[in-house]
Amino acid sequence: MNLDRVNQIINGYGADRAVSLAVLQDIQREYNYLPREALELAAGRLDMPLGEIYRMATFFTAFSLQPKGEYVCKVCLGTACHVRGGARILEAVERELDIKAGQTTSDGKFSLEAVRCVGACALGPIVMVNEEPHAYMTPDKASKLIVQLAAGKVERVEAPPAPRSARAPIDLSSVPPAG
Amino acid sequence: MAERHRADLLISCLHGRYPELIPTLQEEIERRGLTGEVGVVEAGCRGLCAMGPVMLIKPGGLFYTNVQPADVPELVEETLIKGRAVERLAYKEPVTHQSVCYYEDIPFYSKQVRHVMHDCGMIDPQSIEEYIAVGGYQALSKALTTMTPKEIIEEVKKSGLRGRGGAGFSTGWKWEATRQSAGDVRYAIANGDEGDPGAFMNRSLMEGDPHAIIEGMVIGAYAIGNVRNAYIYVRDEYPLAVSNLNIALEQAREYGLLGEDILGTGFDLDIKVVRGAGAFVCGESSALMQSVEGKVGEPRPKHYHATERGLWGQPTALNNVETWANIPLIINKGAEWFASFGTENSKGTKTFCLAGQIQNTGLIEVPMGITLREVIYDIGGGIPGGRELKAVQTGGPSGGCIPASLLDLPVDYDSLVEAGSMMGSGGMIVMDDRTCMVDIARYFLEFLKEESCGKCSPCREGIRAMLEILTRITEGQGKMADLETLETLAKTVQTASLCGLGKSAPNPVISTLRHFRDEYVAHIEDKKCPAGVCKALIEYYIIEDKCLGCGLCRRKCPQGAISGEKKEVHVIDPALCIKCGICRDVCKFDAVGVR
Repeated sequence: MNLDRVNQIINGYGADRAVSLAVLQDIQREYNYLPREALELAAGRLDMPLGEIYRMATFFTAFSLQPKGEYVCKVCLGTACHVRGGARILEAVERELDIKAGQTTSDGKFSLEAVRCVGACALGPIVMVNEEPHAYMTPDKASKLIVQLAAGKVERVEAPPAPRSARAPIDLSSVPPAG
Repeated sequence: MAERHRADLLISCLHGRYPELIPTLQEEIERRGLTGEVGVVEAGCRGLCAMGPVMLIKPGGLFYTNVQPADVPELVEETLIKGRAVERLAYKEPVTHQSVCYYEDIPFYSKQVRHVMHDCGMIDPQSIEEYIAVGGYQALSKALTTMTPKEIIEEVKKSGLRGRGGAGFSTGWKWEATRQSAGDVRYAIANGDEGDPGAFMNRSLMEGDPHAIIEGMVIGAYAIGNVRNAYIYVRDEYPLAVSNLNIALEQAREYGLLGEDILGTGFDLDIKVVRGAGAFVCGESSALMQSVEGKVGEPRPKHYHATERGLWGQPTALNNVETWANIPLIINKGAEWFASFGTENSKGTKTFCLAGQIQNTGLIEVPMGITLREVIYDIGGGIPGGRELKAVQTGGPSGGCIPASLLDLPVDYDSLVEAGSMMGSGGMIVMDDRTCMVDIARYFLEFLKEESCGKCSPCREGIRAMLEILTRITEGQGKMADLETLETLAKTVQTASLCGLGKSAPNPVISTLRHFRDEYVAHIEDKKCPAGVCKALIEYYIIEDKCLGCGLCRRKCPQGAISGEKKEVHVIDPALCIKCGICRDVCKFDAVGVR
């Protein structure tokens, strides 16, 4: 494993234990997880026991000791998303990917995380895929999103849904035929 | 906007969406030969999140909502060339559906008093020139050159400013205590580790007006004395806040407003941004300071207050970013002006995040003492779909639920505590009749169980025990005796926990038990969830008179639990149904019910 970047990161801050959190964050960003070799190197250079670095790596939720998938899907379970049905979105994605929150699919394509508030409550329920927000989710739309990501193409549907009672009546002819 | 433009387009609320919007605008402006005449700025939060992306056009104050890249050609042609408003993009009154074209006329804004957020979304947050142009750093100059540190502290004390992070401790007294603690080295910290779910006030402020926080901190550091290093602790989930703060700090250093010999007065201070790493407990003062020191963010026992022994054992003044951003206002306009807003014991204005089941989700700023009714109905536009308000949750996981019957409660530190909740940093989650209050209590305890650092047993074990009981109740396995056990556990956790997280953790349980006890009883005795949320107690069914047999739910059901012939009433098989609710979401005729 090439650890040059770890050395560069530490050089950028100066080798001092006070910057350990920032160093770990940059390593996480660089490698998408905290590789053991990188932690060993950081412990040596910051003059900290490896156990102490490990303690930080497992205390803060931003860190992962396992490689994350190509698509990291974060389903928001903040309070605003929760009252708008965030838990049902998570269940739908869990069903579609056949993994639980906190796991990565066996092909390494998807990681699923349940997160607490991404601070975009107006768009809720919201699913973040990597850094990109997908707004106004329903369980059905969330399943579709996963299918589209797996196929490599994502259509954006952004318009907020009209409240149920405010919906105009729709005549049956606009509904696709059954079967 | 550093150049002189005929007009400026300030765009807010992109949230990482529509990366093509600003480039499209710039191209269209160039294509129509308006380069140099019209500027495009990505500005901070204007608060009306539900309508984003929004655009404010200066001068004039035309305000467009939900601006999409496809709207650009028409917008440039009509507004910038012909000088007409595009009514289609104007704000629509939720009730009357009338278009409101000008920013100032929108009721969402006209009922607010925006002081701290005044410049947010009005200036380019990455430009110190713009901050200075709207009067920025005048307070710093006034404080450093015409006021003694003691005078500054007196002024802040007189203003009645209390901590905006939740606890509501008097800021002036805190500074004075820090100043009086012996120490050659003291520290100042801004807490921007906004971890409450459903709150984004601090994020908007750090992203939209970073210089206001920095200016407040420099003034505070000068007043406290012997502060040479200060820190802004920011949630790592807020990358734009981190980068805008870092840009602002760099600009302030270049302008001699930070660093050595600030404004030639001989006062030295540097401020650094420290990123958090996703731990709710790090919003607690002693855990936050541990984290700044590069340690695991676990709280310390408080034999000493941080004002005596805080960061690296030195006297430390730790305030929320919003508290710091109030300081320049107090210095510029005076303590009396500041205290003229608000109530007797809660002065000034406060930002809140209005979210959940509310028409105008967004960031608002109101004078303390405004009633919940005004916030929810006048500013928030009420509940979508004309549904009924059930409760408002304030204070995040440390706060509580206020029932709709207390709608006329004034929003200030003391009234909220009296009602069994707290101010917190300003999250306000509106809940309608489809929210189950037992489930909400369970939800918060689940959050707190994960976020409890585990250091002290009352918090670690107490939260887990309460969560177990609540889960049992939501699954229909509760007993009436559980309610008493919950109350006893809540008292123990409240009294015996080490830090604020544990001490306030039972609040969601206590407040829902106090105001919504009948809902607990319904779960336990009748085995019913009145709001139709708790899965073990509900059943989805097709409402026969409404079902037209379109077959959409049958095709969408992930379990194949729905059957029925074309154009005939369908049926859900309860044995196969997993209660995912997709059928209810997709039905165009509201023909799926919950009982």
